[in-house]
Amino acid sequence: MILSAFFKKRLKYYDLELSFSCPSGKTMVMIGPSGGGKTTVIRMLAGLETPDDGLLRFGEEIWFDSERRVNLKPQKRRLGYVFQDYNLFPHLDLYDNAAFAAVDKKEVDSLFEMFGISHLKKRKPHMVSGGERQRCAICQALARHPRVLLLDEPFSALDVVTRRGLREEIKKLKGRLSCPMIYVTHDINEALFLADEIVPLVEGKIDEGWMQRTISREPGQGVAARGAREPRLSLVY
Amino acid sequence: MDYLAFFVTLKLALVTTVVLMVLAAPVAYFLAFYRFPGKSLAEALIYLPLALPPTVIGFYLIILMGPRGWVGGLWAKLTGGSLLFTFAGIVIASVIYSVPFAVQPMKAAFAKIDRRLLENAYILGLSRRAAFLRVVIPNSLAGITAAAVLVFLHSIGAFGVLLMVGGSIPGETKVASIAIYEAVEMMDYRQAGLIALSFIPVSYAFLLLINKLNREVDS
Repeated sequence: MILSAFFKKRLKYYDLELSFSCPSGKTMVMIGPSGGGKTTVIRMLAGLETPDDGLLRFGEEIWFDSERRVNLKPQKRRLGYVFQDYNLFPHLDLYDNAAFAAVDKKEVDSLFEMFGISHLKKRKPHMVSGGERQRCAICQALARHPRVLLLDEPFSALDVVTRRGLREEIKKLKGRLSCPMIYVTHDINEALFLADEIVPLVEGKIDEGWMQRTISREPGQGVAARGAREPRLSLVY
Repeated sequence: MDYLAFFVTLKLALVTTVVLMVLAAPVAYFLAFYRFPGKSLAEALIYLPLALPPTVIGFYLIILMGPRGWVGGLWAKLTGGSLLFTFAGIVIASVIYSVPFAVQPMKAAFAKIDRRLLENAYILGLSRRAAFLRVVIPNSLAGITAAAVLVFLHSIGAFGVLLMVGGSIPGETKVASIAIYEAVEMMDYRQAGLIALSFIPVSYAFLLLINKLNREVDS
């Protein structure tokens, strides 16, 4: 199954216009400077924002079509969304958060084991660290058996060590997932480490030269990814 | 002591609180989360009982709930009876009189909920109603309890509106505030004092509860 999108949206300072696609089992990383429109794109994929014009399909299923006035609600898209600031429900413990919309609640235990948070099941979100919260948020998203997994700068609020650990876990997860994964970040190392395809987004448009320009301007960038398989830059149609 | 009036008062306050919690919660949710034309007008209308003298509210309720009023007329068609001078009548009056005290704290509590929690709930497949019940309500319990306590206390203290709509029928519409008034009129200060005194610990305990809830909300 392929997730394919074409979006146009007028934003405050620029017009966003892009198209991309991501097949099942692949990870597309959307990268770019802050305010470039990455989060808007991921929110449009989730159905939390509406494009002015565009077409969004998952396989044969149309999720959004401005011409035919189709706009599937977020509830009907059945996707996983890992937010930057976790968005766990504060009144529930970690287990109930992850099991909130689980297809099979028994799976939550194995997800918790996989992410090493089994001992925190009964803790409320405010009683655990940011990294543990984000692990729980990933479990919550996966327990729903998402057709598409969206991650919006999931580790940007975490310290470097936790971030590296979680990055590794996402890399492992990639091998197991059979759905398209769209990952938003502004960290080039993270992008090179995780991506099968990279879409650099600058002021609402795909800018294929952005990565090269940024790496040559800041030579430290991209070092951590040295030795990793070079991802293909931007699959644009 | 007029235990019957005390009992009617507590029954009225309890019924008013339950009815208002159910009716006001969706209204407060709508006001907290949606923008619509005429919102400020609708909101001002809901808070109007705060700004009107109780006798003015009572007067219009008599008109509405009388046999020729549309509420009273409808009630007569459905039940064959009158709404004025009945317990049902003072419940309606008390509900209208206390609406602002239910809506305002709940609206404030709902407005504090992070919208992104709701977005997460929608992503996880919850309808708006389910998100309200499973996310908004559990995360607004302090505000909802504060609203319930305020409505309860306000209902206990109602006088003018109830006197106009319900009169003073023992065991039916004669509430404690009316009993105190009548006892004073008859120079029976002992009776008035006993009833009045019985409310002080109740009201004080509820106010302490509100303070505790407010501290919890702030923290």
